[in-house]
Amino acid sequence: MREVSRRRRLRQHHSLYARPANEMSFGPHLFLAFLEGTVTAFVLALTALGLSLVFGVMRIVNVAHGEFFMLGAVLAWYCTALLGGSPMVGFALALIVAPLLVGAIALAADWLVLKRVDYNPESTIVATIGLLYIVQQLVLTVFGPEARPVEAPIYFRVSFPWFGYSGYKLIVAALSALLLLGTWYALSHTKLGLYMRATQQDYEIAQAFGVPVRRVYATVFALGAMLAAVAGVLIVPVQQAHYLMGLDPLLLSFIVVIIGGLGSLKGTVVAAFVIGISDGMVSVFFSPTLAKILATLLVAAVLVVRPNGLFGDNRT
Amino acid sequence: MISGRTRRIVVLHLAIIGLLFVLQFVLPAYHHTNLARIMVLATFAMGYNILFGYTGLMSLGHAMFFAAGMYGAGLCVYYLQFGAGAAFVLGILAGVSLAAVFGLFALRTTGVSFLIVTMMFGQACYLTLLYFNEITLGDQGFTVSGNLQALHQAGVGFAYSDPDVKFNAAWLVFAGALSISTAIAASPIGRVLIAVRVNEERTRLLGYNTFAYKWLALCVSGAIAGAAGAAYALLFSYVGASFASILYSIYPLLWTLLGGAGTTLGPLVGTGVMFYLIDLTSGWTAAYLFIVGGSLLALVLWFPQGLMGAVRARWARWLP
Repeated sequence: MREVSRRRRLRQHHSLYARPANEMSFGPHLFLAFLEGTVTAFVLALTALGLSLVFGVMRIVNVAHGEFFMLGAVLAWYCTALLGGSPMVGFALALIVAPLLVGAIALAADWLVLKRVDYNPESTIVATIGLLYIVQQLVLTVFGPEARPVEAPIYFRVSFPWFGYSGYKLIVAALSALLLLGTWYALSHTKLGLYMRATQQDYEIAQAFGVPVRRVYATVFALGAMLAAVAGVLIVPVQQAHYLMGLDPLLLSFIVVIIGGLGSLKGTVVAAFVIGISDGMVSVFFSPTLAKILATLLVAAVLVVRPNGLFGDNRT
Repeated sequence: MISGRTRRIVVLHLAIIGLLFVLQFVLPAYHHTNLARIMVLATFAMGYNILFGYTGLMSLGHAMFFAAGMYGAGLCVYYLQFGAGAAFVLGILAGVSLAAVFGLFALRTTGVSFLIVTMMFGQACYLTLLYFNEITLGDQGFTVSGNLQALHQAGVGFAYSDPDVKFNAAWLVFAGALSISTAIAASPIGRVLIAVRVNEERTRLLGYNTFAYKWLALCVSGAIAGAAGAAYALLFSYVGASFASILYSIYPLLWTLLGGAGTTLGPLVGTGVMFYLIDLTSGWTAAYLFIVGGSLLALVLWFPQGLMGAVRARWARWLP
């Protein structure tokens, strides 16, 4: 039932922030919805990229991915609340501490569990579900069941002719874009990226050429988790930290990777924009719940036409 | 000709069903109610087991079939004053039709995509129940007993609030589901399902239409899960969207894994053990998600074959 009240709060939240008090005409309203959608899309691209990277290289699905997102948000709350003082300092600290801690948790999970089941796809899924509930319960016990707000590090409004828009949200989009570019650069121009692509193409051949495949696996799993954690930190000033907040990003990331095609990074980013923008727009005009339902129906439609997704290969 | 193995299987399963029937005269009231609940939940797990244990298709959205049965039966009683029998049949129909439609596109995916798609649609069904809250009352849930009792007293005169009626109705549903899943497991169809699990490519090479078999398994699985959901709504009188949440998709997976995937008795054993594990630990901790998560991890790491799987491997190779 907590889930429900949270949804209602989110809906109020949306109407509070997105919809100005006076009635807007359709054009500006559409523009506002588009802005909201674009911000959602950038954060979603970041989250889903982590999931897609892990699947692409390791051929496993991390069901606990949303919990890494949630941990990022919760750790951001701890950083800002415990540090006090300027929200800017706490937030900057969170941007460093949260991904590092979450990455460490992911490394531990990889070493203690995933390695031992030999990255078998089904066992890994069951194991990450187990991880999901352990993390959720841990946060519920330590952090508590209530949603807690985190103050945005900077507050300014960008004024458009029809409404003012939260400047922080635009910064979120910009930072996400930077991180996406950074990930692309790391994949295409660094040695680690080369190792990752080699492992993705054929891990046995890669191993024969001296790629430390096991270490690449651990690194990729941690990197995927860190991307989710950063997305969680970035979104928390807009959304509040809550122990169940990982479910929506997990669902949306799943939708995105299936539509884009499992394992295709390009497909993931393209689908994140399609789903993110439409999700944002339906959320503003109707409701966030309806947006998720419609996105799932879109998946059904895509599966009928292309069972491997829009950019998918045949190696699932 | 009935072979020795078949006779043994029939005798064992009849004995289990008989034992469960007799238990109602022995058990104290608290465990009496628990066992009724376990039998209905084990029915859900048996439905799950046909798809996961035998056919090898892991679903992470089975709560949608349970909820379809639950709401199919519950809403008919609540709005249309259906009798228990008609509502039960409608619940099964709801489960099987959802499975049939869902299977047509979800089964186009293979491997892990299928897992993701089932989880996604399970969650979408949950959100749909919340979205149409005015009709489904998913938010708060509702009880069916008020509408059901009045109607049923005009009939034979059984009240569903009576613990004995509850137990025996749950027992009937359980016995039916166990018979069906044992019959399937021992039949040629069951052999094909297992073949699909072991190697789908080769099964197709042998000339079997594997898509049709997988679709059939999903439909049977959905029907049994729907029956369990309908029985749960009618017998325990509560219908709510929380039964469609992800946790209720994970439960049958956990029960089946613990009891032993691909064994007919595994779901009953797993459900019973897990039910009492959470029940006993609830005395000193409310953190039952630790137990759910910890059990899943432990099973994957150290005990992948489950309890009945271990029994079969060690003592009774003939168990279906």
